[in-house]
This record gives sequence, structure tokens and C-alpha cells, in this order.
Amino acid sequence: MTPLLDVRDLRVTFPIRPEGAMPWAKPLPLQAVAGVDFTLNPGETLGVVGESGCGKSTLARALIGLVPAAGQARWSDGQDLLALSARQMMKYRQDIQMVFQDPLASLNPRMTVGQIIAEPLTTHRPDLSRAEVKERARAMMDKVGLLPNQINRYPHEFSGGQCQRIGIARALIVEPKLIICDEPVSALDVSIQAQVINLLIRLQRDLGLSLVFIAHDLSVVKHISDRIMVLYLGKVMEIASSDDLYAAPQHPYTQALLSAVPVPDPTVETAKTIVPLAGDLPSPLNPPSGCVFRTRCPRAQARCAAEVPVLQGMDHQTACHFPGPLTEAEIAHARRREAA
Amino acid sequence: MALLTLTDLSVRFATNDAEVRAVTDVNLTVNAGDTLGIVGESGSGKSQLSFAIMGLLARNGRASGSVMFDGQQILNAPVKVLNRIRAEQIAMIFQDPMTSLNPYMRVADQMAEVLTLHKGMGKREAVAESVRMLDAVKIPDAKSRIRLYPHEFSGGMRQRVMIAMALLCRPKLLIADEPTTALDVTVQAQIMALLSDLQRDFGMAMILITHDLGVVAGSCERVAVMYGGRIRETGPVRPIFAEATHPYTQGLLDAIPRVDQEDEELRAIPGQPPNMSNPPPGCAFQPRCPYAREGCDSIDPPLEIFAPDRARACHAPVAEVLARRTTRHPDTDQPAAHPAAHPGAVADSAIPRGAVAGAGAAGTPTEGQP
Repeated sequence: MTPLLDVRDLRVTFPIRPEGAMPWAKPLPLQAVAGVDFTLNPGETLGVVGESGCGKSTLARALIGLVPAAGQARWSDGQDLLALSARQMMKYRQDIQMVFQDPLASLNPRMTVGQIIAEPLTTHRPDLSRAEVKERARAMMDKVGLLPNQINRYPHEFSGGQCQRIGIARALIVEPKLIICDEPVSALDVSIQAQVINLLIRLQRDLGLSLVFIAHDLSVVKHISDRIMVLYLGKVMEIASSDDLYAAPQHPYTQALLSAVPVPDPTVETAKTIVPLAGDLPSPLNPPSGCVFRTRCPRAQARCAAEVPVLQGMDHQTACHFPGPLTEAEIAHARRREAA
Repeated sequence: MALLTLTDLSVRFATNDAEVRAVTDVNLTVNAGDTLGIVGESGSGKSQLSFAIMGLLARNGRASGSVMFDGQQILNAPVKVLNRIRAEQIAMIFQDPMTSLNPYMRVADQMAEVLTLHKGMGKREAVAESVRMLDAVKIPDAKSRIRLYPHEFSGGMRQRVMIAMALLCRPKLLIADEPTTALDVTVQAQIMALLSDLQRDFGMAMILITHDLGVVAGSCERVAVMYGGRIRETGPVRPIFAEATHPYTQGLLDAIPRVDQEDEELRAIPGQPPNMSNPPPGCAFQPRCPYAREGCDSIDPPLEIFAPDRARACHAPVAEVLARRTTRHPDTDQPAAHPAAHPGAVADSAIPRGAVAGAGAAGTPTEGQP
């Protein structure tokens, strides 16, 4: 099967003048995304997880051309999306749409819901008549669980969950092949969050969409994703099928991350062992040599500082010199280091 | 012994549109050393409840009922009385440490200020005590870092500073309003572990306000579930998570995906949270409730004890909810399509804009977390 999207060595670099530096000082390069490889198959959901500052949102923006990026992102027809000019990219924008985190902020407050949902259609399909555009907008509202008779209302008249449905409708109206969801449910309440997750899963099945689903909530990502990619300081730590990753995480970072997720069950939650991570996230301006995770890793050794680990494996890929489940002794060691 | 007793506590806000009933008739007891979790979604009144206890309501807010703390009535008490209790007896930490710390003051100065004001300590002594407290919350190299400004700390460290500051006067009760919502999971785990260690060491009671049932499961002994300004179910954590007897609690637990289990489809709660300036008649949850029956839309059920130490507010019998004998099967994916059900409730944001001044940051799930 040819992948829908084949990303090789994707890099996003921001010039940053460090705090306290003189205004004329030369800005330093900050690698927000530092060489990410992955493929995305048609109809597949790829979850992207990681802590704040790991580059997951930047990755999403790079894929859709909202920030300049280096590397390759080959679409299923062989075209490298990152090599295209803005004008040439227009053709592919129809196929790649995005859903944003803040449902209300991503909708123009002066446009009616109908105008918002129809806007991509009027841009990409100027051949359609006005009546047809309106008809499609109404049909799309119905599809995402909005009442079509509310087409003339404004975004502020809707709740957060409904605004996110509007955002999803706007993304879907041009019949894209890929939707990039950047924290689509993190601003929503638990009960509403489940509604939107179910909607996304249903739409994806019905329409055969591919999703890149970015979130910091690992339980949500696990629920919705076929495969999951774990990022840390702009680098991929581990990619595996959702079931594999949660059942048998290989990278120490993935294990620490998973152990920290609170489970709504007092028996499980009070009995579990959390793998503590030493210290803070290092500055991305000055990432550690070798493996970027080594400064906080309970298993780090001399080799980790010298050599950058490459992503290895067939289906379950890990970027670690010493992959495998952490032993009791290693966890105990990490806890002692935390306590010290 | 009851440290804090709330009796029929209600909070009302006067707004231009209507009166907002943020909290209605809450009865709660917190014993010394206990941990109580208060769970609810945005607009459920959980933050306003804690603001009312602390006397921090916005100017258009009015609290009624009774708040007894350590044998003393503190609801609507004069500022002079409250200022002796706040920080010394009851301390509070908030969701966003950056907005609760003074950005213009070094951490040393703002921490020492608490001690000079409340304990009458000298500056040097106060700073030394502050350093000890920063050590207690495990801030490495506290002695030199106390000279820094709040923005020079990371998010997790800033929350530690907030906690250290709250504990300076050794309060008997700590109210933590979404203390980890803005933090990453690994940092959240550290902060929650720290809070429970400190609670044990200092022997204080804690009220943990959160929307995250996972956090409650890990660190609370008792839980109160709020919806539409009222407590709907309360009791010890284990039985409630194992056998939720209120349809809303059950719905919440069904709606969260779990990292440790294979879950099929999530059972979402249909519809939207109520608009508390125009709540639905009867039980506020009734428009979304799968167990709704005759009477639910006219009589708001009172919180009643149905088993030792457990209470619920629901017309449906316990057995029916436990057996999941639902009376209607809403399409979980569709929103309840009756915006006309409550006239004027077109915009179903839970609280009208500007209703609760200053409470914007509290009570909402992570916004702006990249």
C-alpha cells in the first residue's frame, strides 16, 4: 500500500535570540522539530503525544505549510509538499485540512456558521453555484450533529463542543483525505469531549479519512489512534501500533509518560508505580548531545551521550540504545534520585 | 472532628441578564486531615464554592448559608476576621501559578511578606523560613533560587513555589483549585505526590477541586460530584468509582477513555451543561439523563443519605442506575437537539459572559496548553 504521506527528516528551525541577549546579537537556531520520520497510510489515525514543547503542534503546522520546514513530505502522488510554493500548495490544501485547539478562537466571530463552513468551498470550488454551496454546508452541519436551521447563527451563540463541530464541518466540506487535529478536545469538558471523539471516529470510518491526532492526553490518543508517535524535544522516541505501545512500551520515556497518566480507578491508581523523570525539560536551544532524553533517563549510560540513537525496528520502532521494559531496580533507582 | 462544615451554602451572581445560581444548597463536612475531591465540569460551581469559603467572590456575587471553620462562622465575615484566617488557617492554590504570583517581586520577597504580615517575623528570619519551605516542596538549590523572579521558574516549579507559599503559615486546610490542570502529566504526577506527602507531614486537610477523575482516584478519600451548582453524589472514593449511583457520575466515568483498558466506543453524555442563569426546571441533569422519569422536570431531588456515608440526589432508584436500566437511549453522538427547550438558552455557554468576574481562569480544563 502506498502511504498517503511519507515524511522524511522533517525539520523546523526558529531563529531565537536568547533571553538577555543584545538586540543585535545573532539569533540562535532552535530546532522545534529535529528530524522526524513517519508514514501515514490511507484511512489511518496517527496519534502524536509528548509534553509541552516537544514540537507536536509545530509538526502539525509544518505539514500544512503554516511554518517553513526542511526535509521531505511526500504525498501519495509522489509530490514533495515542502518543495511547493504557496500557489502550488493550493491544490493540496483541499486534501489536507486542519482542526484547531481553541474552538471559538478558530472561528471568525463576524461570519455566520454557514459562511464559515462554506468558505473553504468557495475558495477551492469556485465552480459551484451559491445554492449548491449552501446545500452542501447544510448537509455537512447535519453530518457533524449541528442543526442545519442554525446556519445563520454566529459562533458566539454556540457552546465549545458545538464550535468544535463547526470547525470539523469546515475541515470536512472540501472532502479532504487527511485531517490534522491539533488538540481538538483539550479545551472541552469531559462529557463534551467524548461526543467530539465519537464524532471524529465515526466520520473517519464513514469517509475513509486519515487523521493526524495531536494531544497531550494519552488516554484520548490511545482511544482514537491506530498508531502512536511519541515525541521528545523535537525527536521521535517511539512509534508503534496503539495496542503495542501501551502494552509493551520499549523506550524509557514512553514508560515514564504512560506511568504518569492518572486512571479513574482508585484501586489501580493507588497501586501503580510512577516512573519519575529527573529534573526539567532541557532547553531546546541547547539540547543534550547524543540521545536528547539521556539527562532524565533512568537507564542512561556513557554511550547515550556520545551517539544519537536511530529509530529502529519494523512495526514497533524505538530510538534508544537500550530499549526494553524498565526493571524494578531501575525504577527504584529513579525514585531514589528523585527523592535526593 | 469536623474542621469545615458547609450548611446550605448558596452563591448567586447578579448579572445584567439574569441572576446566575452558581451554587445551590451545598452541605459538606471536611474533617481534620481528610482529603475531599470536588469534581465537576466548567460552570458546575466547584470553584465558586471555594471562593465563597475564602470570601473571594466577585463583587456581584452573594453567598448565603453557613460556613463553620473550626467552630467559627466565616461566611461573609468582615475582612479583618477573614484576613486572620486566610493564609494562617486556610490556604488556597490556583490553577495558573503565573497569574497568582506577583511578576514584579522576587520569590523571596513575596514569600517573606506572608510571614512578616501574619507571623510578625523579621525579614531575615522570614526568608530563612521560606527557604526551608522551598526545600520541603523539593525545589533544588532553594537558597539561591529564592532570589529569582516567578518567570524564571518552569511551570511545575512555579506551582511548587505556590504550594510552598500556601504552606508557610502551616494552614489546617488547603484548598487546591485545579492545581495540575495546566501541567504536563509527568509534572502533574510529581505535584500530586508532593501534595499528598506534604499533607501527611503537616497533618492538614485538603479540598482538591478538579475536573479530572483520575486525579481524584489517586489522591482523595472522599469525593463530591457537582453538577449545575449542586452536589449530586458524595461518599468515599472507592465505592463511588466502583458503583456510581448517580446518572451523572456514571455518565462521567463512562465518557473518559482509559489508558489501562481496551475501551470500545465511549458513551458520551448527550447535550450540553446547563446555563445556570436559566437552568432547566427540576433536576439540572434531567435533559441529559438516560434515567429521567416523571417528576424529574419539576422537582429537584434533594441530596439524601441512602447508605452509610453515602448520599445522592436522584429520583431514579439506586438499583435501577446500578443495573443500567435506562428509560431512554439517546444517540450518544448527537447533541440533544432541543435548544428551544429553555427559551433564551440559545447560547448554552454555562455562565453568561462577565457573570463571574475574575473566575475565568479557574474551573476550565486546559486551555492554551500546546
